[in-house]
Amino acid sequence: MAESVWQYAPAPQEREIVTIAPSYGLFVDGEFAPAEDEQTFATVNPASEEPLAQVALAGQADVDRAVRAARAAFENVWGPMPGAQRAKYIYRIARIIAERAREFAVLESIDNGKPIRESRDVDVPLASAHFFYYAGWADKLEYAGYGAAGPVGVAGQIIPWNFPLLMAAWKLAPALAAGNTCVLKPAETTPLTALLLAEVCQQAGLPPGVVNIVTGAGETGAAVAGHPGVDKIAFTGSTEVGKLILGSAAGTGKKLTMELGGKAANVVFEDAPMEAAVEGIVNGIFFNQGHVCCAGSRLLVQESVADTLLDRLKGRLGTLRLGDPLDKNTDIGAINSREQLEKIRELSAAGETEGAQRWSPPCPLPDRGYWFPPTLFTGVSPAHRIAREEIFGPVLSVLTFRTPAEAVQKANNTPYGLSAGIWTEKGSRILWMAQRLRAGVVWANTYNRFDPASPFGGYRESGFGREGGRHGLEAYLDV
Amino acid sequence: MSDQGAGRLAVRKTYKLFIGGAFPRSESGRTYQVAGHDGAPLAHAAQASRKDARDAVTAARAAVGKWSGATAYNRGQVLYRVAEMLEGRAAQFAAEVAAAEGAGEAEAASRVDAAIDRWVWYAGWPDKVAQVAGGANAVAGPYFNFSIPEPTGVVAVLAPQESSLLGLVSVLAPVIATGNAAVVVTSQRRPLPAVTLSEVLATSDLPGGVVNMLTGVTAELAPVLAGHMDVNAIDITGADPDARAELERLAAASVKRVFSAAEDWAAPPAPRRMLAFLETKTVWHPMGT
Repeated sequence: MAESVWQYAPAPQEREIVTIAPSYGLFVDGEFAPAEDEQTFATVNPASEEPLAQVALAGQADVDRAVRAARAAFENVWGPMPGAQRAKYIYRIARIIAERAREFAVLESIDNGKPIRESRDVDVPLASAHFFYYAGWADKLEYAGYGAAGPVGVAGQIIPWNFPLLMAAWKLAPALAAGNTCVLKPAETTPLTALLLAEVCQQAGLPPGVVNIVTGAGETGAAVAGHPGVDKIAFTGSTEVGKLILGSAAGTGKKLTMELGGKAANVVFEDAPMEAAVEGIVNGIFFNQGHVCCAGSRLLVQESVADTLLDRLKGRLGTLRLGDPLDKNTDIGAINSREQLEKIRELSAAGETEGAQRWSPPCPLPDRGYWFPPTLFTGVSPAHRIAREEIFGPVLSVLTFRTPAEAVQKANNTPYGLSAGIWTEKGSRILWMAQRLRAGVVWANTYNRFDPASPFGGYRESGFGREGGRHGLEAYLDV
Repeated sequence: MSDQGAGRLAVRKTYKLFIGGAFPRSESGRTYQVAGHDGAPLAHAAQASRKDARDAVTAARAAVGKWSGATAYNRGQVLYRVAEMLEGRAAQFAAEVAAAEGAGEAEAASRVDAAIDRWVWYAGWPDKVAQVAGGANAVAGPYFNFSIPEPTGVVAVLAPQESSLLGLVSVLAPVIATGNAAVVVTSQRRPLPAVTLSEVLATSDLPGGVVNMLTGVTAELAPVLAGHMDVNAIDITGADPDARAELERLAAASVKRVFSAAEDWAAPPAPRRMLAFLETKTVWHPMGT
């Protein structure tokens, strides 16, 4: 439809700013070193399937070493250090990330597949801002509302591949501000920006052992979470893995925060500002290829405006540009991994099998790499798998409702509860809905907004604990 | 400041006022001699007039909108930038503080360090004060009700007379961190570090007029600011104790918020100097379909 309207010349971001080494070690006790058994794994560019580097695969012995380093740093250096001193280190990290922002953005897009526009304008600035924000708390903890509570100790932090650097920032910044030391495990498909962040820690002069980064897959994560020397587990990832971690931590007394999956309802009322709503829906589900735990993956639209809205939405989807993540005009980049692509394909096929109608705009996909076109399903019933399960891809399920009460009922009809969207010009209705939605973040007439000052986290099986704001400190204080 | 050494004659600085981002002399043409702790003359400082004070209020009023309208994140970034600039001038400040306060080299340097750290402490507050001083209010009805702190506007500050930099930073930073604009009357006898601080502020992305610095006779300028109808609040910490009642009486005419608290400037700070210059705004909104 609109595909021929806009012709763009390629606008590639130059990638020479980034140097990717052939291999990377673990970052333990302030230095890079190979895994003890010298095992490695490859990280690939999902847009081209080219291997980018070999990365050390941390085993139990490496995790042991990292936890020991973190413990020693906690007891001897970081824990006893005055908050004002910790603040200065964290401010330095924030500033260096900002100084090396373009490098981080390009590397993130290469390793993750997300459009450079997003890594450049969202992930990296927010990561720097997050460190900056929590740096300011390090010397003000007595005013955060948690009494004289001190740090928990050694934090084991396991983060996902959808916002690799940003999630590292969300985990490390509040933990460090509160006086904890960290063992961070990045996702196996996206380790490179975390390792660049390790270099930033060195540049900031951060004492050895305060931040340790162990790369690897699920087994490494299990070794971190299960380590008896870890006092606190912070996990962001799937609800399935979250439940496994919770089960294995049972009885250990470890402090836990879980930021898990979601199946957010984005609710559009008939009086909504339609242009804005269409943009919000697109941003809600196609931002970061839908690899967003708080993605607005269920569109609930009031029946009276459903046809109008869908027409406009389809028109808008026709203008989305899918392709090279390093092209500045790209809206939709690559799916992060073959495994994730298979999962999206499987659930989308289930949608068709169960009787929903599938639609995508004409959208040629590159020959190499992992790609999935923007897709929406109509005729979705609340019982369909595509209405219940987290797809974590650029797939929108459209359902309708007639009354506000029905919208609330349908929106809450999920085991998840991370986020929700409301689109209406009526303020009282926004607040009425917000009060009833069982979700940790409610966006009204906007979607996918993030800020270091704003707490983020889920209800129900989307997890517990908050990241961001004053509330984010609670996760890392011994309260 | 030395004229000695290698036969090179030092270039001396003219210490001027700081108003609206510019460095004018006093419109009155007056200056006064500033002496060091040992009585030796250090420099001439501008002696601000009543008219200069009124001009400074005008400049501050003009700056309030932009500064209070900036995001808290942006204000934090700018204030942190000020700390970075202070650090770069630490040696200069230490020399001025030593000359003014009679401290030894190490003691002066440590007072300057404390002043920089104090500034960093306040730089972290702009995006946090709302979560500490504001919040949702559980009213008995179908209303969403929340209170947010907002800057009161133009704040006049009579800086401490003794502590020429740490004391000044301790009273100025809390005023502007929350989005107010300030008109400062510096320490009368020890004004030189304040003028150098102005030069730091002028090169730190702080919008012109957010901080205005007046050197001169506190007893001459304080009543003008206390009685000025377009000043929202005044910190009279640096006023002569005998003058306070009169200043409060003058302030009453425009219901100014008056704050006064001398402190041990070396002690850890607390949020009260910010809270003193914040208004609480409460918003009601109905909830319903």
